[in-house]
Amino acid sequence: MSNTSSFDVAVIRKDFPILDREVNGKPLVYFDNAATAQTPKQVIDAIVDYYSNYNANIHRGVHTLSQEATDKYEQARLKIQKHFNAGKSHEIVFTSGTTHSINLVASGFSAFLKKGDELIVSAMEHHSNIVPWQMLCERTGAKLNVIPMSEEGELILDEYHKLLSDKTKLVFCNHVSNALGTVNPIKKIIDAAHNVGAAVLIDGAQAAPHIQADVQELDVDFYTVSAHKMCGPTGVGILYGKEEWLNKLPPYQGGGEMIAEVTFEKTTYADLPHKFEAGTPNICGGIAFGAAVDYMNAIGIDKITAYENELLAYATEQLLTIEGLRIYGTSENKTSVISFNIEGIHPYDIGSILDKLGIAIRTGHHCAQPIMDFYKIPGTVRASFSFYNTKEEIDTLVEGTKRAKAMLQ
Amino acid sequence: MSIREIQDEIVDEFSMFEDWMQRYEYMIELGKSLPLIDGKYKTDDNIIKGCQSKVWVHAELEGDKLVFTADSDAIITKGIIAILIRVFSNQKPQDIIEANTEFIDEIGLKEHLSPTRANGLVSMVKQLKMYAIAYQTQLN
Repeated sequence: MSNTSSFDVAVIRKDFPILDREVNGKPLVYFDNAATAQTPKQVIDAIVDYYSNYNANIHRGVHTLSQEATDKYEQARLKIQKHFNAGKSHEIVFTSGTTHSINLVASGFSAFLKKGDELIVSAMEHHSNIVPWQMLCERTGAKLNVIPMSEEGELILDEYHKLLSDKTKLVFCNHVSNALGTVNPIKKIIDAAHNVGAAVLIDGAQAAPHIQADVQELDVDFYTVSAHKMCGPTGVGILYGKEEWLNKLPPYQGGGEMIAEVTFEKTTYADLPHKFEAGTPNICGGIAFGAAVDYMNAIGIDKITAYENELLAYATEQLLTIEGLRIYGTSENKTSVISFNIEGIHPYDIGSILDKLGIAIRTGHHCAQPIMDFYKIPGTVRASFSFYNTKEEIDTLVEGTKRAKAMLQ
Repeated sequence: MSIREIQDEIVDEFSMFEDWMQRYEYMIELGKSLPLIDGKYKTDDNIIKGCQSKVWVHAELEGDKLVFTADSDAIITKGIIAILIRVFSNQKPQDIIEANTEFIDEIGLKEHLSPTRANGLVSMVKQLKMYAIAYQTQLN
């Protein structure tokens, strides 16, 4: 029962003002972290500081505020570069989030693909890592192949190897499945793709909040992250891209910021990363993302991983005491996400009752309908834990689920 | 009973509950007693769009009145449909078309549903009224 760990969760919880609120007269139990994580006051302070003290447009201003804002924004880029161990700061492109990052790459690859080329996607992707590629295939005539998954929710690598050939141009897969929590063997996936000359994009949206990713060690070509999954604000994220790839990719959007010179005859584009950052960016969001990275590193990603694994093990064990409850995604290698259903009960019904008890979980297909089709279910209840959650909150979830079950059956 | 009288009755019933858990329990009971749609009508054509859980509705004229049957794969959704069917079933199409739906706000149903369910509720009401319009045209 006790929250044994090398860090004091009671102290950490004090950083998150929202955790003090009540929902439907009950203390909030927030287990929808995979959808968006809560924001610590250090990040909220960074947002308030920006708008209170140095709100200005960046990169072009001659005045002091613009210089201060530019410095902070670029410092944030450096923090993010360091966090993911990118070799160069201009390999970090600020975007509005993972969806934007993926669309940027998918759009650019139109220039490189032709009919007969092949792309490989995993069976457990979020729609944001499926649809942009389907659109790319429609534009170019390339073919999309799928790495199948097992009943446990693990990718079947033998099948992946069979799909790879010299026709394969690009492989994309998530680091961690948002619906199942599976940590995919991305290093193996990347190396195998490189062996046939294919590039790899890894969607790191669900990994970054829980485990450390080192883009150089992974040798990944593209890695995408959303700030709001890792204690930052919504509407901002990054695309990491290897320099040679970012140089090769054409710009995604045209506008200000992304140009070197514009005449009506011809425009030349700005250097990296600005080539991909058209228009006034989410300046405050980028700076606050930097603050979020600082916050998580001050705690320590390794400590976060260890504590969340404890929560996962405890919640798995406790939820499985409920008769008729089945967990989807039973890989040994998971982050703190539990997708489940109770026999004969629709996940929406469980979610509605839990909400009345102050417990925020997600129900539905989690933007991963192919996974739901695989298990032949309409959706699941998904509880996802963060380092500020406690075992007591898990007890509340288990009790609430039992109560919902009794009402609904 | 008129649509308005039934609505008032429902508002009265809901005001007796102390909290939303009790109201949910009541809706679950209503869901279990929903007049079920004949299996042959559970087709994709009869699914109401805008609901995240599946909802099927079938309408049939009996004399000059419209009778609704329905089903859903989620029990609370069935409870919501049961409330709507109690209000609108066995009523003349013209009365259904003209009925206002303020009782939904009066019982606080919409604000106590998740946004997706609240949207679903709006879609359901719209669909029932669409049936009424279609059948009214037929009666004319």
